[in-house]
Amino acid sequence: MAANMSLTKNPMPSQEPEVRAHNFSEVALGYDEATALDEAARCLGCKAMPCVSGCPVNIHIPEFIAKVKECDFEGAYQVIAQASSLPAVCGRVCPQESQCEALCVRGKKGDPVGIGRLERFVADWHNDHATEAPVRPAPNGHKVAVVGSGPSGLTCAGDLAKKGYAVTVFEALHLAGGVLVYGIPEFRLPKAIVQKEVDTLKALGVDIQTNVVVGKTITIDELFEDGYEAVFVGSGAGLPNFMGIPGESLKGVYSANEFLTRSNLMKAYKDDSATPIWKGGKVVVVGGGNVAMDAARTALRLGAEVSIVYRRSMEELPARREEVEHAQEEGIEFKLLNNPVRILGYQNPDDPRDPKNGCVTAVECIRMELGEPDEKGRRRPVEIPGSEFVMDTDVVIIAIGTSPNPLIKNTTAGLEVNRRGGIIVQEETGATSKPGVYAGGDAVTGAATVILAMGAGKTAAKAIDEALSK
Amino acid sequence: MYQIVSKKVLNPTVTMMEISAPLVARKAEAGQFIILRVDEDGERIPLTVAGCNREKGTVRIIFQIVGATTEALNHKEAGEYIQDFVGPLGKPTEVEGLKKVCIVGGGVGCAIALPIAEKLHAMGCEVHSIIGFRSKDLLILEDEFKAASTKLTVMTDDGSYGRHGNVTLPLKEMLEAGETFDEVITIGPLIMMKFVVATTRPFGIKTTVSMNPIMIDGTGMCGGCRLTVGGVTKFACVDGPDFDGFEVDFDEAMARGTMYRDFERHAYEETCNLFKKEVQ
Repeated sequence: MAANMSLTKNPMPSQEPEVRAHNFSEVALGYDEATALDEAARCLGCKAMPCVSGCPVNIHIPEFIAKVKECDFEGAYQVIAQASSLPAVCGRVCPQESQCEALCVRGKKGDPVGIGRLERFVADWHNDHATEAPVRPAPNGHKVAVVGSGPSGLTCAGDLAKKGYAVTVFEALHLAGGVLVYGIPEFRLPKAIVQKEVDTLKALGVDIQTNVVVGKTITIDELFEDGYEAVFVGSGAGLPNFMGIPGESLKGVYSANEFLTRSNLMKAYKDDSATPIWKGGKVVVVGGGNVAMDAARTALRLGAEVSIVYRRSMEELPARREEVEHAQEEGIEFKLLNNPVRILGYQNPDDPRDPKNGCVTAVECIRMELGEPDEKGRRRPVEIPGSEFVMDTDVVIIAIGTSPNPLIKNTTAGLEVNRRGGIIVQEETGATSKPGVYAGGDAVTGAATVILAMGAGKTAAKAIDEALSK
Repeated sequence: MYQIVSKKVLNPTVTMMEISAPLVARKAEAGQFIILRVDEDGERIPLTVAGCNREKGTVRIIFQIVGATTEALNHKEAGEYIQDFVGPLGKPTEVEGLKKVCIVGGGVGCAIALPIAEKLHAMGCEVHSIIGFRSKDLLILEDEFKAASTKLTVMTDDGSYGRHGNVTLPLKEMLEAGETFDEVITIGPLIMMKFVVATTRPFGIKTTVSMNPIMIDGTGMCGGCRLTVGGVTKFACVDGPDFDGFEVDFDEAMARGTMYRDFERHAYEETCNLFKKEVQ
C-alpha cells in the first residue's frame, strides 16, 4: 500500500458539542475501518522508531500499525497487548500529543500519525470481535499482592499474572478500577471498557478483593505473614487539596474528587441514582488540569452553567489540549488569570434555621498577571492589587490537585516517604526502602497521568519478577 | 456479599445487626467505623462499630432508621446478605491511661458509646455514664450500660423514664459539685455534643466528641467529611472520627449535615412507598 502523504490526521468522529453537552455518552466515537486504514497508511514505519521511546510502556508502535495496514487487527492488538494491559483505556486517555505522537517523524511537517486513535480502534475492534479467552499461564508458585486497582496496580497485576504469578489485588472501594472508575467520567472513558479490561485480568487469573483497605483492614506486614512474597503499592494520590481560603466548608463546595466520585462511581448522573449531587445553576471550577476539565464538563452535563477559574493563562493550562478544546466547544467559560480569595455564603439574619444558611452564593477572585518563571519554568502568577471582583455561583468545585494518601505510610514501618508524602522508590525498579515492597503511580509521584502510572506498574512487575525468580 | 448473622429490633426506630465480616472483626476497635452498601447501586453509608466478636468474625452495627438506606437495611432479615461492608475505618478512641471518665451518649449514639464504656470498664477505669433519649420507648442498651458503668444516669426529654431533662443537666450538677474526670467522651446528635462541650468548657475538662459527617469513600479520598477543628480543615474519616470537642466548629458541621436534606427526605419517602407496595 502506498504511504498516505496527507499532512493532516484523520479527524476523530465525535458527538456534536450541542448534543454531547446534554448527555454522558462518549464524546469521541472512534475511527471506522476505512479511516483506520487511511490513517495507518500515514505511518512511514521508520526503522529508528522514535515514537516507541515516547511511550511510557514502550508499545511497538510501527509494528502494530503495520498489522493494521494488513487488516490484521487482532494481530495489531496482540502487539499492543504485549506491552500494555489496558489498550482501550490508553487509546482514550493518554496524552499522546506529548508522548509518542510528539516524536513522530510525520509531525515535523504537518500532523503526526494518529497513534492514539489507531490504538483505540485496534483495542475496540478486539473487544468487539475477540472470542478466545486469554490463555491462563501455568502457575510459577509465587504469590504477589497489589494494593489498589487503578492503572498502576492493574498493569503490575496483569504483567505478573502473564508470567504465572498468583496475584491478589486489594481495592478499598466496592469496585475495581481506581481513578478509571471514580475519577474519569463516562463520556471520556465508558465504564464498560474499564470493566472489560478488568475482566480480561480476571480471566488471566488475577484475584481482585474489593472492600479491603490496606493499612486498615490489613497491613503490609500482615500480607507478608500471609505468604505474599512481594507487595506493589499503587494506592494513588488520595487526599484532595484545598486552597485554605475562607468559605471552603460552605454547602455547595466540593473537592473535584468528591464531585466526580458522586457522579461516576456512585452514578449520580443517572436519574434514579441513590446518590445526591447538586445539579444545575452556576458552577465555578477552580483549577486547570484534566481533573478540572472532567469536573467542569460533568457539571455542564448535569445542567449547570460552568466557568473555569485558573490563575495562569491558556498557555500554562496543564490539561490536555483536546480536553480544553472539547470544554470550550461545549460552552464552558474560561476565566483565566484569576484566583479565588474567598467563597461567600448566605446567612439569613432573621432566621438561624433557614435551610439556605451556609450555602455558597459567590466567589471573590483577584486578577493575576504573569511574572518571572518559577523553578519549573512556568511563569509565576502575581496578584494585581485592588482587582478583586465577585462572581455569583451556586457550586464551587476545587480541582487543584491531590496529595498521597497517608494510610499506608502510617501503618508500614520502614517505608520512607518524601516531604510531600510520596513514597520514595528507585526509579529503575520501583523498589521502596522496605524489602519486598514496590510502589508506583500517584502514590509515588503525586497526581500524574494514567499512562505514567501504568509505566511504573510495569517497571515494578519486571523488578518483582527478577527478584522472585532468582 | 456479607451475611447478616443476627438481627434484633431495639426500639421502633433502632435496629441491631451482626454482620459476618471476619477481616473487619479481626481489627475493629471501639470508636472506629465501617462503610456499607445494602445493594448494588446503593449509597455508601458510614456506621460506627458497636462491637465485634473476633472469634465468630462478626461486627455489630446499631442504626437508626433515618433515610432510604437505613430503611432498606432494616428490611433485610437474618440470613440475608448486604452488598458491601468495609472497615475498620478511622482511628480508635484513645483510652490509654484513663482512670475516671464520664461517657455521655444521646439516642442511637449510645450504641457507639457502649463499646467505649465497656473497654474502659474492662481496664479498671471508673465510668460514669449518662445516657439520654427522647422518651422511654426509645431507650436502648440500659442493662448493657449498667454492667459497664460505675454509675449510670438515664435521662428522657419528656420525663417518661429515668430523670426528666437533657444529658447536660446531671453533667453540670456533677461538675458544679466538684466532681472531676480525666475526660468526658460524648457521642450523639451534633446539637447535644455542642451543649456537652459548652457544659464542660468552663471546667476545662478534656472533652472528646465523635463526629459522623457525610462521607463517600471513608479513606481520605473525597474530602466530603471535612470539618473545621481548631481553625484547620480535618477529614473525619482519616483524622477522626474523634476530635477535641473544644476545637470543633459545630455550627459549620450542622450546616454541612443538611446539604442533601431535601434529596434525602424524598429518597426516604420513595423507599418507604416502595416497601409499602411490596407489603400490599
